[in-house]
Amino acid sequence: MSTLSDPLSLSAPRGADAGLTPQQLVAKYGLTVSGARPPLPKYVQQLWSRRHFIMSFATARLVAQYSTAKLGQVWQVVTPLLNCVVYFLVFGLILSGSKSIGNYVPWLCIGVFIFQFIQTAVQSGTRSISDSLGLIRALHFPRACLPIAFTIIQLQQLLISMVVLVGIVLASGITPGLSWLLVVPAIALLCLFNTGIALAMARVGAKTTDMAQLMPFILRTWMYLSGVFYSIERNIESWPKWIQLAADVNPAAVYMDLVRFAFDPSIDNRHSLPPHVWAVAVAWALVAFVLGFVFFWKAEEEYGRG
Amino acid sequence: MADTATTNVKEAAPVDAQLARVPTVVVDDVHIVYKVHGAGSGRGSATSALSRIISRKRSPAIREVHAVRGVSFVAYKGEAIGLIGSNGSGKSTMLAAIAGLLPTEKGGIYTNGQPSLLGVNAALMNDLTGDRNVVLGCLAMGMSPAEVRSRYQDIVDFSGINEKGDFITLPMRTYSSGMAARLRFSIAAAKTHDVLLIDEALATGDQKFQKRSEARIRELRKEAGTVFLVSHNNNAIRDTCERTIWIEKGELVMDGPTDVVVKAYERGERP
Repeated sequence: MSTLSDPLSLSAPRGADAGLTPQQLVAKYGLTVSGARPPLPKYVQQLWSRRHFIMSFATARLVAQYSTAKLGQVWQVVTPLLNCVVYFLVFGLILSGSKSIGNYVPWLCIGVFIFQFIQTAVQSGTRSISDSLGLIRALHFPRACLPIAFTIIQLQQLLISMVVLVGIVLASGITPGLSWLLVVPAIALLCLFNTGIALAMARVGAKTTDMAQLMPFILRTWMYLSGVFYSIERNIESWPKWIQLAADVNPAAVYMDLVRFAFDPSIDNRHSLPPHVWAVAVAWALVAFVLGFVFFWKAEEEYGRG
Repeated sequence: MADTATTNVKEAAPVDAQLARVPTVVVDDVHIVYKVHGAGSGRGSATSALSRIISRKRSPAIREVHAVRGVSFVAYKGEAIGLIGSNGSGKSTMLAAIAGLLPTEKGGIYTNGQPSLLGVNAALMNDLTGDRNVVLGCLAMGMSPAEVRSRYQDIVDFSGINEKGDFITLPMRTYSSGMAARLRFSIAAAKTHDVLLIDEALATGDQKFQKRSEARIRELRKEAGTVFLVSHNNNAIRDTCERTIWIEKGELVMDGPTDVVVKAYERGERP
């Protein structure tokens, strides 16, 4: 019985540490609370050291996406094309929304592709934590890798769509110009904006699993309010001033306009883009990214719990 | 009586063991309470959920389970510690809490570096191939691409996935549970961990792999890490751990040399 009543002999500190309380031991050897959230600068540094993981994860996921389909990677090109066909059928032919817009087909396709990028980034961001619980519980890495990687998957998908889009734009008779270069900064800003939203939604979605059910409705409402298929400005001309202002700074509409006007300055029969649009686009990107990142980091230690 | 026994043990121990050891995990009077959703016995219909929201009552379906009650111990560098106890005694909960995956209700868990938990259910990316999983797992643990390239073959060889053909290029969802567990362990064991927590992850491997992984655990300990092993296989505990903690109903029953604790556990004798 004497050996049994000696339960702490292997646990108790020996030698110079004998008699120290657990708290004193912790202080002496500089142990840290398990799973504690690192300070922001250190977190950014950890995230940067995982950049290869983020890129490989995104590429592997994109390739695996259609691995069960017979046509495989062909779907990456076919899916955006089919989307455009459906919307053209409904809004271009049946509802004839094309009358007021000069070059309706490229105008519509750009809107569909850009909004799809926002939509899928938000949706996959919302599910990024709950869909990767196995990975989160098995390995330790900064969790922000996941929503960022999921946004990059959607960016890669968008770039494939853009190749399709260039074909559509050229086929509809628009001549390439120097303004096409503006597509690059516009998409870069949009990508920053999407990453921020995806990070914020990842935290919300990880805590409130009901969000994944609710998001499709919110996103659909946003889509109809953003003028993807018809010009929203012409429809709300008689509405109160604040609604017009809200429609004006709506980030989805801002980014869509930037890309549309970059491809063809006369695409909307308006011939010019208000000068504040670029400023609004930069502001949205920075605000969404910084706030989203900090919001996500604040709950870093809680992902994968419970 | 107890005091004399303690002094005897100390006198019998070799001199260097009496020197101060470096603690890697300090568990200080930890309580863990689970909040379980959807455990209520009442009707879970949509109307009852709606009326609950309207009346702003807290869901009766949330129940609290007090899984760990006041456990304290200190683990040191170079130790392999076995955790034993019956099903539902709180062993896995304890490991998840050490890994930082569960919040503690009371008390604190302090560790040296970030512990890594290797669980039996911890899936990696099932729709990706085995080799993709190796690369991504290593990158996620913070290795550089060059390091991954140099370790890749060792990891695959250690897992033994390719012994019966080219299985590493198949998606992980096609693996048997034993194969998946072997690959997961091989990935996690490729890196030196300060604290490695193994939760039944080796149980599904075959005899040959278990021997290999026990050897790897001994190596990890030599590299000055601490290994925790949860297992219902008492022989695996005897072979790999010199210290064992017996947990029952969330309380620490015994903590001591493996042969003493496992013997008492097998006889069902509580001190």
